[in-house]
Amino acid sequence: MSKENIDKSYKEWKNDKFDKTAQRFGERKKEFKSDSNRTVKPLYTPLDIKDLDYINKISFPGDYPFTRGVYPTMYRSKLWTMRQYAGFGSAKETNRRFRYLLGQGQTGLSVAFDLPTQIGYDSDHPLARGEVGKVGVAIDTLADMELLFDQIPLNKVSTSMTINSPASILLAMYKVVAEKQGVSSEKLAGTIQNDILKEYIARGTYIFPPEPSLRIITDIFDYCSKEMPRFNTISISGYHIREAGSDAVQELAFTIADGIEYVKAAVDIGMDVDEFAPRLSFFFNAQMDLFEEIAKFRAARRLWAEIMEERFKAQKAKSKMLRFHTQTAGSALTAQQPMNNIMRVTLQALSAVLGGTQSLHTNSYDEAMGLPTEDSVKIALRTQQLIAHETGAADTIDPLAGSYYIESMTDHLVKEARQYIEKIDELGGMAQAIETGYIQREIQENAYRLQKEVEKEDRVVVGVNQFIEEDEEKNNNLLKVDPAVENEQIEELKNIKEKRDDQEVKDALTQIKKAAVNDNNLMYPIIKAVKAYATIGEISDVLREEFGEYEAQYI
Amino acid sequence: MDNFIKVLIAKPGLDGHDRGAKVIARGLKEAGMEVVYTGLRQTPEQIVRSAIQEDVDVIGLSILSGAHSYLFPEIMNRLKKADHSDVAVIAGGIIPEDDHKKLKELGIKAIFQPGTPISKIVDFIENEVQK
Repeated sequence: MSKENIDKSYKEWKNDKFDKTAQRFGERKKEFKSDSNRTVKPLYTPLDIKDLDYINKISFPGDYPFTRGVYPTMYRSKLWTMRQYAGFGSAKETNRRFRYLLGQGQTGLSVAFDLPTQIGYDSDHPLARGEVGKVGVAIDTLADMELLFDQIPLNKVSTSMTINSPASILLAMYKVVAEKQGVSSEKLAGTIQNDILKEYIARGTYIFPPEPSLRIITDIFDYCSKEMPRFNTISISGYHIREAGSDAVQELAFTIADGIEYVKAAVDIGMDVDEFAPRLSFFFNAQMDLFEEIAKFRAARRLWAEIMEERFKAQKAKSKMLRFHTQTAGSALTAQQPMNNIMRVTLQALSAVLGGTQSLHTNSYDEAMGLPTEDSVKIALRTQQLIAHETGAADTIDPLAGSYYIESMTDHLVKEARQYIEKIDELGGMAQAIETGYIQREIQENAYRLQKEVEKEDRVVVGVNQFIEEDEEKNNNLLKVDPAVENEQIEELKNIKEKRDDQEVKDALTQIKKAAVNDNNLMYPIIKAVKAYATIGEISDVLREEFGEYEAQYI
Repeated sequence: MDNFIKVLIAKPGLDGHDRGAKVIARGLKEAGMEVVYTGLRQTPEQIVRSAIQEDVDVIGLSILSGAHSYLFPEIMNRLKKADHSDVAVIAGGIIPEDDHKKLKELGIKAIFQPGTPISKIVDFIENEVQK
């Protein structure tokens, strides 16, 4: 059928059938909107994608611009990595959880560190009080990392570490633990988050100002390109931007804009884009709007591929492939009727799989109330296994391609994200845009809009503003971190400090200072320091002295 | 005499989750209150100092890191020592129900769990401050 014929038939249908029926029976809502506040039409047809060039914009899996997936065979060869983010209490306790998860069929590790570790304070620092081991595992020295990976062969698992400002220190520790296991660096697979820009925007665990932070990051790019070629040097994260209240377009645009800033920084110090770009990875959120999320993942791949080609003249296909991890949306979980969260997570996880994710974390149903228990984590992992093995969702590649709705939305998301990126360019790039507060304001506006919609019941949240149950039974079965962990950790730190060679530590710290001043790669002296059992706090303090600390502006 | 209710929204400890704090701050402002937001990483000492300097009627503590069991008693003790126990303290975030009783015994007036509408918090504050 020609486009003209479709157009004619569509108009007939719209006027004679749809409009008349809608007038007679009404529609459920005055306006249908996607999660990102985009108007959703009653029907999508070939007319919505009539200008879309299949070869240039969609293409085949493994082919530029990778809209349909980064690998030619996708899940037909290998399922995504099932990677549950975990960590609490001591290294010993977290090691037990890791081994439990691997025993249940999890295929990769993901380490959650406690806040003192993430902000470069030792467990005995006054600001660490009450925080040790709470949102993740407490790591002070190499000794803790040795316990964390005890009996876990690092040549067989890949490990993701959610660590940003102190990323080089934890990466150094990981390398040294592997070395002690007899595994050489070039065999190590995994990811460090290492994405400072989104910390300023949304997540809050920054230490240093932007400029030295970007330098620490490019040092890692450079080091890994030479020594750890299989390790993802960064996980450019939209997840936290979305959790902070952004919509899907903002998540997409701000993440890609962060990516642009990192590539620029590395190119500026003289690195060849094809040398480091293949090891950049991404991290997105899976929210509740099933179709918009699928389109978002597809749009992200196309957008990044186009930008790497247009702006940075990347040559290697791998430099243009957006590989990503997904986590289901924590902010979508409700404390009310928590079992409903299992269904929310299922649908979110399905969107990630239909969107072609490389790895996935599914949240546990009890996480709006506290840390997940072994049982609730197991259900979350089983949800992934069920999608993988029972639904057929992983059996054909990018099954929703060609859907008029999905393709047209994918295209629109790319275009809308590009408009944001242009605006950010005008502001002088992402670091500048953050400095002016523009990005934070955009996110806050949207967060407030979402809250208002929930309160006005324009947005239904089951169990929260509709289908409410009074007198819900409370969940007493939450995981508790033993408060003794803090003192034990401080005691252990004292022991390590007594046993180590102080002179060796002092020398190593001096070397770090020298590298910081002379602009030499920080990774090499940091590796020396962690081998000498220097603490995360000691190493961070040397850098604090040299680089200063970031102070957030509140608007 | 001004009759605005003045509220300090504070983020104690190292927690970086401030979506809730910022949304509540804005909601209270739109309900006609005067609101000061501390920003991230506030020690108990800084929070109590800000509350006294700003002469607030209410402190709203937002925390999702699980460190409330240490930080909240610190804040309540410092308020008491500074003779400012008349400031109404409320809290929100991820605070397991098992801990609520203990925290209320310290004098914390209310603990709002995720999903609470702003209007409910506004009503609570207005009632509390009138007392």
